Amino acid sequence: MKVFRILVRNIKSAFKSVIRNFSLSFASIICTTITLILVSIAIIITANVNNFTKDLENDLTIMVFLDRNASIDDANIIRNELEEIKNVDSISFESKEDVKNEMKNESEIFNTIMDSWTEENNPLQHEFSLKVKDATIIRKTANQIKKIEKVDSVKYGEDIIDQMVNIFSVVQKATIGIVIALILVTAFLISNTIKLTIFSRKNEIEIMRLVGTSNVVIRLPFLFEGFILGIIGAIIPIVITIYGYMIIYEKTGGYLFSSMIKMIKPFNFVFQVSILLLIIGAVVGMISSYRSVRKYLKV
Amino acid sequence: MELIEVKNCYKIYKNGVTALADFNISIKKGDFVFIIGHTASGKSSLMKLLYREEKPTKGKVYIGGIDVTKLRNRKVYKLRRKIGIVFQDFKLLNKLNVFENVAFPLESMGIKKTEIKPKVLKALEMVGLKEKIHSFPNQLSGGEQQRVCIARAMINNPKVLICDEPTGNLDPETSKEIMKVIDNINKEMGTTIIMATHDKDIVNRMKKRVIVIEHGVLAGDYLKGKYKANESI
Ligand SMILES: Nc1ncnc2c1ncn2[C@@H]1O[C@H](COP(=O)(O)OP(=O)(O)O)[C@@H](O)[C@H]1O
Ligand SMILES: [Mg+2]
Repeated sequence: MKVFRILVRNIKSAFKSVIRNFSLSFASIICTTITLILVSIAIIITANVNNFTKDLENDLTIMVFLDRNASIDDANIIRNELEEIKNVDSISFESKEDVKNEMKNESEIFNTIMDSWTEENNPLQHEFSLKVKDATIIRKTANQIKKIEKVDSVKYGEDIIDQMVNIFSVVQKATIGIVIALILVTAFLISNTIKLTIFSRKNEIEIMRLVGTSNVVIRLPFLFEGFILGIIGAIIPIVITIYGYMIIYEKTGGYLFSSMIKMIKPFNFVFQVSILLLIIGAVVGMISSYRSVRKYLKV
Repeated sequence: MELIEVKNCYKIYKNGVTALADFNISIKKGDFVFIIGHTASGKSSLMKLLYREEKPTKGKVYIGGIDVTKLRNRKVYKLRRKIGIVFQDFKLLNKLNVFENVAFPLESMGIKKTEIKPKVLKALEMVGLKEKIHSFPNQLSGGEQQRVCIARAMINNPKVLICDEPTGNLDPETSKEIMKVIDNINKEMGTTIIMATHDKDIVNRMKKRVIVIEHGVLAGDYLKGKYKANESI
C-alpha cells in the first residue's frame, strides 16, 4: 500500500513536470521521435535483410555428380554415406536415365540425339541434390562429400552465393551499428532534458534530501518523466512504421529490386517493431533520467 | 555515551580551507545548546557533520550511539527522519501551501493522507500557525515562514532539532517569537536543540549552554547561564 501511494503521487508529479516544462519536454519528444523513426527504418532493413539471407540460405543446394562408370548400386552406397553427414538435411537422387528423360522432354534436338544412348554409353552422370542445415559451413560439407569414392564433382554455386551472403552480413552489421548509435543519441538527448528539469527542481531535491526522502523516492518522478517522454516520443514512429510499411509493401507487391528481395509480411511484423520501439523509448527514457539524477543525489 | 558526541573532528574542504580542527563536544539528551562564533568560524560546518551533509576529514560523529560518519550516502535519509533541521533561508517549496509543505516529508514516505492530516495540524498548532494552512510561502512574513519550517522539522517527532541561524533573516521582535517557539519545543517535547547563531542578545537572554568556535577551534564551552556575551560576537 505504501509503495502504491508513493507511486501514484510520483506519477502525478511526473505528468505535471512534463506539462510544466513543456517546451523542454517537447524538444526532447521531437528528438526521440526523429531518432526512433530512424531506429525503426534500421530495424526494418535489418529484419528484411536477415529474412532474405535466411531465404537464400534455405535455397542453397549442393549438386553431387558421380563418376560416369558408377552404377545404381554404387549410388545407393553413396547415398548412405551422404546420410551420415550431419549438415545434410535432405537428399534427392536422379539417375542418368532420369536426367536423360528430363532433357529429352525439354527439346526435340535432345530427343533425337539421346534416343541412341544406351545404359552403357550414356555420357551423363548420376546426381544427388542436397539441402544443408547450416549454409555457413556449406564449403566444408562440400569438401567432405568430394572425398567420397566415386564422387566426380560437387557444385553449389559457390562464388555468387558466398558473395551475396558476405554482402548481406556486412549490411546487417552496419545497420545494427547505426541502430545502437542512434539509441545512444536518444539517451543523450533525453538525459539532457531530464537534467534541465532536474536543474529547475534542484531546490526541491535538496529539500527532499534534508527532510529524509530516500533516494529511490527522489528518483521516481524523474524516472516516470523519462518513461513518459520515451513513450510519447515513440507514438509517431509507431504510426509511421505501421502505415509506412504497409503502404510500401502494397506498392511494391512485397518484392524489392525487381523481385530479388522478398519483404517480410506486414502482419505481425509491424506490431513487433512497434512494441520494440515502445520498449526502446521507455527503457532509454528511464535509464537516461536515472543517470542524470545521480549527480544531485550523492549516491 | 551522550546523545551527541563529536570526537577529534577535522573538516578540511577540497579547496584546502580548514573549517574545523580537532573538535570535541558532547551534548546530553534534552539539552539546549548555542553554537556561537564569527562568520566563517565553522558553525555551519559543524552542523553539517551532525546531519551528515558532510563527512569529517578525520574523527567521529555519534548521534544516538550511531557513528554517522560510517553511514552510506544512500542511507542518510534514515538519519534525516530522526532529526529536524531549520535554516536561515527557510527552504520551503513555493508551489506548495503551508499544509503541503509541512506534510511533505510524510508524503514522500508514503504515509496515508488520513494519518498525515492530524500530524500536520498538531505541528502547525505547536508553532501557532494553524489558521494559515492554505497560504503559500510568498504570502507569509519571514517569521511565519520560519514557523512553517519548524513545524516541518518537527513532523517526525525528532529527538534532535538542528537550527542553523534560524533568526538570521528576522528582525529582533520576530526573532524573540521564534526563540519562544524553539524553547517551548525543548521544554515540552524534550527535544534536544542545537542552534548556531551570532545574535548575542538571544544568547544573553536565553541563558543556555554556549559553545564558542573561533577559526574552527573550540574556544569555550559554558554551562547553562555561565556565558556572558561581549561585544565581539
Ligand atoms: N563546501 C565548502 N567548500 C569549501 N569551503 C567551505 C565550504 N563550506 C564552508 N567552507 C568554508 O569553511 C569555513 C567555515 O564555514 P562555515 O562552516 O559555513 O562557517 P559559519 O557557518 O560559522 O559562517 C569558511 O571559510 C567557508 O568559506
Ligand atoms: Mg553558517
